[in-house]
Order: sequence, then C-alpha cells, then structure tokens
Amino acid sequence: MKMNGARILLECLMKEGVDTVFGYPGGTVLNVYDELFGCKEIRHIMPRHEQAGTHAADGYARATGKVGVAIATSGPGATNTVTGIATAYMDSIPMVIITGQVPTALIGNDAFQEVDIVGITRSCTKHNFLVKDVNDIAPIIKKAFYIARTGRPGPVLVDLPKDVQIAKTEFCYPESVELRSYKPTTGGHPRQVSKAVSMLLASHRPVMYVGGGVILSNAAPELTALSRLLSIPVTTTLMGLGAFPGDDVNSLGMLGMHGAYCANMAMTHSDLIVAVGARFDDRVTGKVDTFAPHAKIIHIDVDPTSIRKNVRVDLPIVGDVRDVLTKMIKKVEKSEGDQAAYRESLAPWHEQIAGWKEKHPVSFTRSSAVIKPQFVIQKLRELSDRDAIVSTDVGQHQMWTAQFFSFTGPRTLLTSGGLGTMGFGLPAAMGAQAAFPGRQVIAICGDGGIQMNIQEMATLVQNRLPVKIVIINNNFLGMVRQWQEMFFDKRYSQSCLELPIDYIKLADAYGAKGFVASKPSEVETVIRQGFAEPGPVIMEFRVAREEKVLPMVPSGASLNEMLLNA
Amino acid sequence: MRHTISVLVENEFGVVSRVASLFSSRGFNIDSFIGAPTNEEGISRITIVTHGDESVLEQITKQLNKLIDVVKVIDFSDGSGIEREMALIKVTAEDESRAEVLRIVDIFRAKIIDVTSRSYTIEATGNPNKIDAIIELLRPLGVKELVRTGAITIGRGAKGWAG
Ligand SMILES: Cc1ncc(C[n+]2csc(CCOP(=O)(O)OP(=O)(O)O)c2C)c(N)n1
Repeated sequence: MKMNGARILLECLMKEGVDTVFGYPGGTVLNVYDELFGCKEIRHIMPRHEQAGTHAADGYARATGKVGVAIATSGPGATNTVTGIATAYMDSIPMVIITGQVPTALIGNDAFQEVDIVGITRSCTKHNFLVKDVNDIAPIIKKAFYIARTGRPGPVLVDLPKDVQIAKTEFCYPESVELRSYKPTTGGHPRQVSKAVSMLLASHRPVMYVGGGVILSNAAPELTALSRLLSIPVTTTLMGLGAFPGDDVNSLGMLGMHGAYCANMAMTHSDLIVAVGARFDDRVTGKVDTFAPHAKIIHIDVDPTSIRKNVRVDLPIVGDVRDVLTKMIKKVEKSEGDQAAYRESLAPWHEQIAGWKEKHPVSFTRSSAVIKPQFVIQKLRELSDRDAIVSTDVGQHQMWTAQFFSFTGPRTLLTSGGLGTMGFGLPAAMGAQAAFPGRQVIAICGDGGIQMNIQEMATLVQNRLPVKIVIINNNFLGMVRQWQEMFFDKRYSQSCLELPIDYIKLADAYGAKGFVASKPSEVETVIRQGFAEPGPVIMEFRVAREEKVLPMVPSGASLNEMLLNA
Repeated sequence: MRHTISVLVENEFGVVSRVASLFSSRGFNIDSFIGAPTNEEGISRITIVTHGDESVLEQITKQLNKLIDVVKVIDFSDGSGIEREMALIKVTAEDESRAEVLRIVDIFRAKIIDVTSRSYTIEATGNPNKIDAIIELLRPLGVKELVRTGAITIGRGAKGWAG
C-alpha cells in the first residue's frame, strides 16, 4: 500500500517500538502532526520549548535504556534542540531527533525557517542524515535507531524535508541493517581479558574506576558481582553513580573534583586501576601528569577513541563492558582457590582505605539555625522511595546530590555530566516520569537553573506527570559564587540572583502545588507534603547562602591535593 | 612528523565535510586534503597529509574510523605507499631565461602545456619533494601562479586496499 512520507515515518517509529515522542509542531512538520492526529500507538508529549523536548527524550532514554525520540520543526525549532543534542552526545545517550526541513527545491536558498541543521549538529551527533527521497525514509530511520543504540550510543538526527513527507511510496521496513562502514566491536578479546584477570590477581592495591558506560551497557550486576568476588574497592564518576550500590562496603563513592577523599587517595595510591566504561575526564583525573602515579591501568571501553586519549594505558580492552566483565567473572571463578587467598591479601589495602574514610568522611557541619543543603538531600533520600529516579541540574546542588543521596541502582540518577547543562533537570525528569508514571521522580535544581526551563511546569500539569521539583534556593548561582569566593577574591560578579521569586505563586500559576521551607525544622514536613501530593509539586528550600561544595580538587591540581575545608 | 592517510568513505551526502570538520573540531592539522571517486561504486577516497606525534596520529586514525561513513583508514607512515602530486606552474620566460626554464623542465621530466612570448606554463608530477624542488629552481625566474593538487597515495604491491 502506498503511503506518504509522514505516515511512513510513524510506521517506522512503531516498528522500532517507540511508544512516546516529545515534539513541537511547526510548518515543516505539519504533515507528521497530521498523521499523529488520533494516532493511538504513539503518545505525543508537547514540551513548551524544543530544548526541553530533547532533554525529555534524553531523560526517557537514560531512565529506560531505550532510544528517546524528539521531533522539531525546521529553523528555530531545530536550533532549539541543539543544547539537548549536545548534552546527550557528551553522555552517550541513545536518541533519534527528527527535524522538519524546507522542501528540497528550496534547500540552500535561505528559505523561510531554513537552517542547515545537519551541518550545525555534525559535531554533536553520532551521525546525521538528510533524507532526499521518500524511498529512503524507512532505511534511514532503521539505520538511525541502529546507530543510536549500538556501539557507543549517541544521538542521531534525521532531517526530513517537507516534500519528502508529502511524497508517496510503498512502505517496506528493512529487516536488518547493512552498513559496511560501521561495525562496532562488542566482544572483548579473550586474550586481553585473561591478561586483565592475571594483572588483577597480581595486584595489591586495586581500584575499579567506573563510569557511565557501565550503566549504558546494563552491566551494573556484573560489576557488583566482580567487585564482591574479589573484594575490590569501587569508585564511580558522576555518570557512574548507581552502577555500584553506594552503601556497599566496597564503595568508595565518587572520585574527582568533588569526589570523596578516600576515593581520590585510593586512586593516587593504587597499583592497578581497572577503568570500566569511563573516559578519564579532566574533572576526574585532576592534573594528568600526577594522576595515579603508581598504577598500571586496564581500560575497558566500547569506544576505541576513549582509550589512550587522556592517559597512558597498559592494557586496552575494546568491547562492551558487560561482555568483558562477564568474561572476567568466568575467568576468576575458574581459579577457585585463588579467590579467597586474594581477598585476604587485600586486607592491608582495605585497612588503609578505611583509615582514609574515617579521617575525612563526606560530611558537612550541621546547623539548627539555617537549612543546610546537604541536609535536604539526606532527608530526601530518607523519605523517598527506594527506586525513586532523581534528576539534577548543574551546580552545587548537583554535587551535593552526588555526594549525599547514596544512589544504589543504575538509571536512578539522571544528570548532565559531560556538557554540564543547566536547565536539564526538570525536562529530564519529565521524560523519566512519562516512561514510569508510577515511580517517584524527583528533579533537584538550583534557583538559577530552574529558570532555564521552568515553562515545562505547564507540560507536567497538562500531561499529569507528577514530578517532584526540589529547588535548593541559595539566592545565588551557587557554583559560580563558590569559584568567585575561592579563586576571584570574592568578587561576586553577576552571581547573585537578586530577585526573590514566590515559588508557591509560581506553582499555582501553572496549576501545580508549591511548598516552602525556610527553617531546618520545616524540611521534613515540606518533603512529606510534597511527596504526598498526587500531582507535580515545587518544594523550595531556602538554604544557607554561603555553603560550599567540599572537598574540592582545584582545577589543575593533583587528585591528592584536596581542599577539605576551605 | 608528516603522515599520509587514505580514507575510504561511502559516497554519502556531506561526507567530505564530515571528515574535514573532524580535523578542525579536534584541532588536528591538515597539510593537504583531496577527495575523489574510485573504481568502486559508491566509494570515494580522501587522501590527507597531516603532521603530529604518534599519539596524535593514533587519535586521528581512531576518530576517522569512528565516523559512520568511513569504510577504511590506511596509514602510510611506514612508507608502504607511493605518493604523487601534480603542479601547474606559470613562470615568466623572456629572453635568456626561456632556455633556463626549458632546461629545468627537461631535467624534471615535466611538460610545457602553454606558451606565450612572455611565459611558460608547466605541468609537473611526482613525489611532493620533487615538486618542491622544481618550484624552488623556478622561483628565481619569476613564478606568476602556482597550483598544487596535494598528495595522493596508493599502496605498493599487487594488493588493493580491500585485500
Ligand atoms: C546553560 C548553562 N549556562 C551556564 C552554566 C555555568 N554554570 C555552572 S553552575 C552555575 C550556577 C548554577 O546555579 P544554580 O542553578 O542556582 O545552582 P547552585 O549551584 O546554586 O546549586 C552556572 C551558571 C552552565 N553550566 N550551563
């Protein structure tokens, strides 16, 4: 049966199992919207800004592991998606973004609402396509989903001109994808795996350094199993939080700039680092020259370009981390006798780590006069559901969430690690809530970042998405203030958010509920009220304005040069 | 160090700019960059001359391989390739210098492809070093215009790139 291109697009999405899309209409996608009208199979959620739509698709993908889908019109709609695409690209999130484009005959003519979005997004997508013929829609969509979710995942953009949406052809969805130029390596090389296990069993001070790759490849159970089998300490990056239970005895917590003292010391004193799905980002390594000076490094990653990009590596293993970890576990299990002996041999190492933990635990000074932001995060953990999904914006509250929420399961923290995008938290939570209507979803934001996509309150209310928005209000762009305090002589240039906002009225204006706490004694009540409310909620906490995120490795310093209380 | 890399790519829309923008966005150097179709349906070949140390070269090859449209990346740093370049050189040639130009053209086995009473236009091909050399010799006589293609490379021996 012949169908028009717009219909074919929807049929393709259904074939890919897409049940939810986040999109915003406009001239060049009206044909797609006409087909969506009355479409039962695909739920369409309209954000109030395309950036938020893209973040929502991203949040949906992070929470579910499926490919998130966003739609935008050409020109301004398409450019509005760029921040969301770059955010997903930096964190390797599988996403397909469909943009409308002016008719092929007008491309290149500076037509109304024309922009070269394929050119603009070349450096922030895993791949992108301009569809020039209606017969190419099905094969290109098939490829787009395949590329987005395989290998190192990432966003793929498909630009679809209006005339291509209108043209008709037979619909036929390809069974498989043949891309002679794209064959990601997924199976770790057995010989390299054997070597890794030998190196591990020969080490005395091993650390597993875990990144978002473990979550992306659904390898959290394998990681936990391997750590427990040999009693290996695990530290995670911001993106790796939840890949290993934060309350496990072997957990060192997060490492890096705002990482735990014990994690950074363990890295510095380690004789073997097993990097799993992590990329040695500069926020993690500190000064590269002095990073882990005594350690041999095993680096497991599906993306060969990550290996040896920033640090020297003694044993590279290219492959899906889940496959590699599974093979490592098998190998270790075969060496029956050694396991117990090895675990025992690590006693001095564990003792040393326990010493660091005890000396400088991740902590804060309590107060009964002002609300400490860390206290809010601790209370949120205490009172929230065990399987709650938490998203954050970027800034101090993000680091406090990382330090004090103690994430225990994968895909429960949604945060912009690579790009550090303010405005991400609320729409990402929206996407996660759309995927899991029955779960508790909490967006923890600063008073700065919340303003960047506050309009999504409308989307939450309209679509009955009961996201619990937590605003850590310090009346400052807190993280900026912290840097200005520490490195710019307290010259607070443009970091004070002078205007107090009435968040109760704001929530009310959108048809939601708002609660405010300004004393420590009110924190628990507000959280309970917020969680009890069936719809979307703003919970504002007026916190100590001058609190700092500590410890901190100043940028450019070595990991063991931490400021513990500046 | 100077490196010559061949990149076999799918003839997809925008593929040349994908490869070129990879170099610019990651801060890799480009000395020369040539792309054109091959004997194989749907495949073009881009030859890039670049410079950098070993770790830079490793990143360049890995990043090129990561592009979805890249079929194969061949690094000829080990000398396994034959390199050629062509140049068109317009030189001033009046009175006594006409004979001198002809002598140089002869030595380098180049060709005169256009003549006027005041100029010669020369076509020279060969290894890029040879092109450099002929240009250096002609320069004192007055080079008015120079066009170089940049290097192209093919592997030595009986095998094609696909083995
Ligand atoms: C879109 C964007 N613009 C600017 C920044 C730079 N930036 C990083 S943290 C920060 C301050 C955030 O303030 P707020 O949202 O109030 O959170 P807090 O640090 O107070 O918790 C800024 C401006 C950014 N990360 N993203």
